[in-house]
Order: sequence, then C-alpha cells, then structure tokens
Amino acid sequence: MSESISITVNGEPRRSTASTIAGLVRELGLKPEKVAVEHNGEIAPRSTLENVPLNEGDVLEIVHFVGGG
Amino acid sequence: MAALPLRCWADTERDMTEMPTISPDSANDDSWEVAGRRFTSRLIVGTGKYKDFEQNAAAVEASGAEIVTVAVRRVNISDPNQPVLMDYIDPKKITYLPNTAGCFTADDAIRTLRLAREAGGWDLVKLEVLGEARTLYPDMRETLKATEVLANEGFKPMVYCVDDPIAAKQLEEAGAVAIMPLGAPIGSGLGIQNKVTIRLIVEGASVPVLVDAGVGTASEAAQAMELGCDGVLMNTAIAEAKDPIRMARAMKHAVLAGRDAYLAGRMQQRKYADPSSPLAGLI
Repeated sequence: MSESISITVNGEPRRSTASTIAGLVRELGLKPEKVAVEHNGEIAPRSTLENVPLNEGDVLEIVHFVGGG
Repeated sequence: MAALPLRCWADTERDMTEMPTISPDSANDDSWEVAGRRFTSRLIVGTGKYKDFEQNAAAVEASGAEIVTVAVRRVNISDPNQPVLMDYIDPKKITYLPNTAGCFTADDAIRTLRLAREAGGWDLVKLEVLGEARTLYPDMRETLKATEVLANEGFKPMVYCVDDPIAAKQLEEAGAVAIMPLGAPIGSGLGIQNKVTIRLIVEGASVPVLVDAGVGTASEAAQAMELGCDGVLMNTAIAEAKDPIRMARAMKHAVLAGRDAYLAGRMQQRKYADPSSPLAGLI
C-alpha cells in the first residue's frame, strides 16, 4: 500500500496515493488523453504523464476544453 | 467587317482566349487559408451559451462551420463523469480553436494556450487579452506582447483586436496569422459599428481578416463579408437566438451571400433614380 501525499489540484488541497501524474488523473476519474496538466507551474507534456512522479506539496492544474466563444 | 451569316459561326475558328472564362465551379471553389490550413466555410462559431450540448452540436452542423472556438477551463473534479464538449463535437471532424477568453494579461493568455496546445495538440489558437470586464475591449499592449511570445513559441495566433488598421499591422508584424477586429463589443449584437476601419484593415492586411464579435443578425454577417473580410466569427448571435439552429443556418447563407456580393462587385450608387425599363417604345 503506497503512502498518501498532500497535493493541490485545481486550487483545492487533497490527498493522493498515485505515484505519477497519469495515476492521479485516473484516480480522479479522468482520462489522461482528454486533459492537459500544469505541474508546479510548468506544462507537463502528455507524453510524459505516465513518468512524472508526484511529490508531497505538488500543485497541479488539470484543464480541458469547454464551450466558449 | 460585315457580320457573318449566323450559320457560318460554327465554321469560324474562334479565338478561345477572348472567350469569357466562367467556371461552373467558381462559386463552389472559394476556400480560404489560415496558417497553411485550408477551409471552405468562412463562418467560425463559438460553443458557449447554448442550452445544452445537443443544441450546440446541431447549431454547428446547421452553420456549416469547420472551426469552432472553445475555452480552456479546470476540469470538474467533484463530478468527472459529466458530459463534455468533445463527446458532442468531434475534434477530428471540426477544428477546435482554443481561446483565451477571460484572460486579462499576456501571461495568463500564454499560460492558457500552452495548456490548450497540450490538450489538443495543435498550434492554431485564438488569442484575446481583455482590458476590462464592462466592455470586454481588448488590451492591445498585452495582446501585442502575447502575440510575439506565442509566435516565437510556434503558435499560430488568430488575434482578437480593436478595429484599428495600425494595430492590425503591428499584430501582423508580431506574428498574427489572422486579424480579428471587433465589429462591436463581445456579446452585444450591435452590428458593425465602424465599416470604414474594418475596410481599411482588410485593405492593409496580408493575412486573413475576420470580424470577431458584435454581429447580431444575418445582415450584419453579410455586411462583414461585403467589406471584404475573409470570414466572420460569432457565438452569441446564434446561441441567444430564439431558434439557434435556424439562426445558424441563416448565418451560413448570410456569409455566403456577403462573400458572393463582395466578389461580384456592387453597382455604383446614384443620387437619383435610374429606370430599369427602356424609355424607348413607351406607348
């Protein structure tokens, strides 16, 4: 059982047991191929989501496309 | 030279170079290009303010648009199973043009589009940097700054801007792949307020010019095209019509009609009447 860490996702604090960004996205019930992720202020390229490790205190923004003019 | 008897015409060798060249397909072959991508429809529609995704998708279909604008927002973590835009409007069939609506600084807009590129994998984007909430007028200083940075990062920014021919030139020099002046404030439906400046921008631009914002009804879309614009971008005029799908269709026809009228070249205006029926032979 992996240890849980404290992170911030879209402005809200939460705990996660995921070890990578892709793991976190799936833990949230989302599909990695449908979102874009900013990790501690930097774009996390989609091709790297499976490899980028999550660390205590990380700040993430997870966005997608919505209707707009 | 005496006129040849009619039956002789068939035997006369005609100089084909003097024949008018009217291609039957000319009306259908009027595509346009932005940043190396070719499109047939000159109408770009937004995907905001619709009652639901079904209505939105039906309106896009009726408009004939090949490009839709989309916004970039945080996913709803508390309810990840909500339907999403991509389930209804297929990005493989319709080009998603990510926008920076709601951004008030160059940095925010750049950050948003970097994320958009990651989400969509494409570099054609709509840049808008707003100056204030009341008018949603663009902040041109920030817009110009963002255009330069984005162009240097390989983006192809189509840029929402003021209807100012000098600002349009500066944006083009900074790397804008399309100039998109407002006709009137975003969401106002007031129509094209300054036809002179739109025409001046069209005349001075070497990239496509699209009226973005302000169109309220079909005649105003036609007007934008009659001024020589390469296209029109709209959202509210369709989404807030009583029947959005019918208005989407009206806009499609208006853009086609306005474009044809521009290409056809309108008649000269006269101060007084000029009868269309012959005066000779009046009884």
